Amino acid sequence: MELKTPLYDCHVACGGKIVPFAGYLLPVQYGTGVIEEHMAVRTKAGLFDVSHMGEVIYKGKDALANLNHLLTNDFTNMYDGQVRYSVMCYEDGGVVDDLIVYRITAESYLIVVNASNRHKDVAWMQEHLFGECTIEDISDHVAQLALQGPNAKAILEKLTSAEEIPAKYYSFVRQGKVGGFDCLISQTGYTGEHGYELYLSNENAPKLWNLLLETGKPEGLIPCGLGARDTLRLEAGMPLYGHEMDETINPLETGLGFGVKMGKEAFIGKKGIEAKGALTRKRVGLKVTGRGIIREHADVYADGKKVGQTTSGTHCPYLGHPVAMALLDIAYTEPGTQVEAEVRGRRIAAEVVKLPFYKRA
Amino acid sequence: MNTPKELLYSKSHEWISFDGDTAKVGLTDFAQNALGGLVFVNLPEVGDEVEKGKTCADVESVKAVSDVYCPVSGEIVAINEELLDQPELINQSPYEAWLFEVGSISDKEELLDAAAYEAFCAEEE
Repeated sequence: MELKTPLYDCHVACGGKIVPFAGYLLPVQYGTGVIEEHMAVRTKAGLFDVSHMGEVIYKGKDALANLNHLLTNDFTNMYDGQVRYSVMCYEDGGVVDDLIVYRITAESYLIVVNASNRHKDVAWMQEHLFGECTIEDISDHVAQLALQGPNAKAILEKLTSAEEIPAKYYSFVRQGKVGGFDCLISQTGYTGEHGYELYLSNENAPKLWNLLLETGKPEGLIPCGLGARDTLRLEAGMPLYGHEMDETINPLETGLGFGVKMGKEAFIGKKGIEAKGALTRKRVGLKVTGRGIIREHADVYADGKKVGQTTSGTHCPYLGHPVAMALLDIAYTEPGTQVEAEVRGRRIAAEVVKLPFYKRA
Repeated sequence: MNTPKELLYSKSHEWISFDGDTAKVGLTDFAQNALGGLVFVNLPEVGDEVEKGKTCADVESVKAVSDVYCPVSGEIVAINEELLDQPELINQSPYEAWLFEVGSISDKEELLDAAAYEAFCAEEE
């Protein structure tokens, strides 16, 4: 049976179309629809319930050593209040999950993982735990709201003092107050837009949800569902676990080299990635030049042969044309390369383009 | 839900309007609402043979692609080319935004009148 987030009743009250996702009942969209919600985030502001995400605390003298061994990024030079993206790999270099790490103190970290991978992740973390370090899965006690869009800051400023709003992208304020409710406030998101993510208790979540929607009305804030979350991240060229990466795709193929520090000492997956040698395939962006939408799992052809497969695809409401991401043979990954994707028995033309498709000004 | 009395309806949520020897086919208000904002329409070509109950067009929303089934057998005599550039017209006014027109009609599905179609939709919801 699917679980409900603490905001379930709010979604129903807001007219959300509820669907099962990653074990939770969540709104795929509200009455306004995916396109309106997407455009609100690009031009004004949108509010998402992302309470389904998993949260794990690492604590102890060896917490840092554990993270540096378990994850591909290097967490050595972080400051308190900083956030860093990383991948968690299997020994062979395949991806367990991608996640973000919050440094609370030198000996205490918050890890935020994908909802659908939470139990697998925690088991993997437990299995590789060493030294003086404990982990705690606090997912069931934490709600998370994402306030995203160019007006997000103006809305937050009405409910929070200036010093409690994290000034830098990928930084956070641990003990902030939004509308009087205790929150961890971080400048992060999954939309390609300026915005914040607020972590708070389940109990306060519905109150803050309603307060934010009310306060943000003049700034055009509307609630947004999973549909817009997906089109926004796709338009921004952001990878999603289970699509652009999984246990059979290594992070360098996904183009996540910035989060894989091969120069640091041994970590899980390092040998596996090294053993693969030069890349034979890579994630690319495809701009659809023909008619129709290329979605996931479409075979991609060039020079009369199959050269890969799409991993995600949709119509981009802000850009006004469809895009897809695909894993293609390395010889076909140069921007400007012309390809075709097979969709329902018909070929749709597309061109390899640089990622991201959309970048905020 | 808007269900004009003068039209007939299929269980796959197309409306059909007979006019002499030909019939125009479109998507119902119920269908466009369930599909959400449409961003692409693929239509048959004039001269294509169509068969009742078979797919002959599709519409795409941001979320998914959906087949359009032809309620009659015959031959396509016209398509609504305006929809190729403005698929949102289907969302805005589903009963004006016809998709295609069929002539030489030789057979048709069992169709519902407005009251029966509304009852059918109520069950589906």
